[in-house]
Amino acid sequence: MLFMQGLILTMVAGAGAAVVFTRDPLKQALAISLYGILLSLLFFLLQAPDVSLSQIVVGAVALPLMILLAIVKVRKDAEERRRKEATERGR
Amino acid sequence: MRRSARLPVFFVAAGGFAALFLAGLRGLPPFQQYRGPYGYVLNAISVPQRGITDVVSAVNFDFRGFDTLGEEYILFTSVIGVVALLRRLAGETRPAQEQTAPGRPEVETSDATRVFTLTLVGMVTLFGLYIVSHGQISPGGGFQGGTILATSPLMVYLAGDFESFRRIASTRLVEPAEALGAAGYAFIGLAAMALGFAFLYNFIPQVGPGTVISGGTVALIDATVGLEVAAGFVLLLTTFLEEFLSGRGSR
Repeated sequence: MLFMQGLILTMVAGAGAAVVFTRDPLKQALAISLYGILLSLLFFLLQAPDVSLSQIVVGAVALPLMILLAIVKVRKDAEERRRKEATERGR
Repeated sequence: MRRSARLPVFFVAAGGFAALFLAGLRGLPPFQQYRGPYGYVLNAISVPQRGITDVVSAVNFDFRGFDTLGEEYILFTSVIGVVALLRRLAGETRPAQEQTAPGRPEVETSDATRVFTLTLVGMVTLFGLYIVSHGQISPGGGFQGGTILATSPLMVYLAGDFESFRRIASTRLVEPAEALGAAGYAFIGLAAMALGFAFLYNFIPQVGPGTVISGGTVALIDATVGLEVAAGFVLLLTTFLEEFLSGRGSR
């Protein structure tokens, strides 16, 4: 049991570092989803199944989804601004 | 500040932090050694006094029920904040949105995805209801089950059935559900006061452990929290997705 806990703790540390060092926000959203799943495994191994259950849905699904939706929105706005500037310069 | 000047400042700060952090860690109890008395007390009284075998639920919705009410309203308030920020004002028009991220072709949902996700909808809903209603027996409860329930409309969305998703997650249905769930918790507490007990006192006669109705008010509060959390998450989703959905037709 202690070995499993050590293993998952190391994986959580690695995945956390991976989230920080991923520079592309799109890939980062996927990395944080993997990190959320690993965290829920850690909670489960530390005998907190209640927390683990909410962590799976919130950390692995809801949070990455919100980030993805926000990225789409931000990119669309940036695209629009660029197009507007281009037409103004063309005039 | 130049880079050469910044580095020494960083090392001094990092060194100080590391020293304090390590000193703090030395004062912690050893790994897996529990010291406080409260856990043992709760483990001892949870089943005989409340008929609840999942002690976490007993703590959350009974022994410290008032704190959890505040926690639930944190979620409630943040959902209201998102809805208020992204709402469409009267007379506000938005440019026609493209349906996909720039530079990507629109992809039809494949049959494999449709079959798989639509098959999951029923199972996920049932599993969510199970988790909500069995919080007093096994790990789970209103919050966990609520988030699981909220993913089943998302499955419908992922299956590409946007028309059905819009009907399930229409704000006319979800907003009252959200409000009812949030108010239900407070009303259960007020009902205890109306009967002459303290706020959120567990006034329902106890049924032995291991049934859906054991735990008294805990099972009821789990149901209201499940409704609030599920509706809150669905409301968040629809608020974010509304702009993408508005121009999207059904199939």
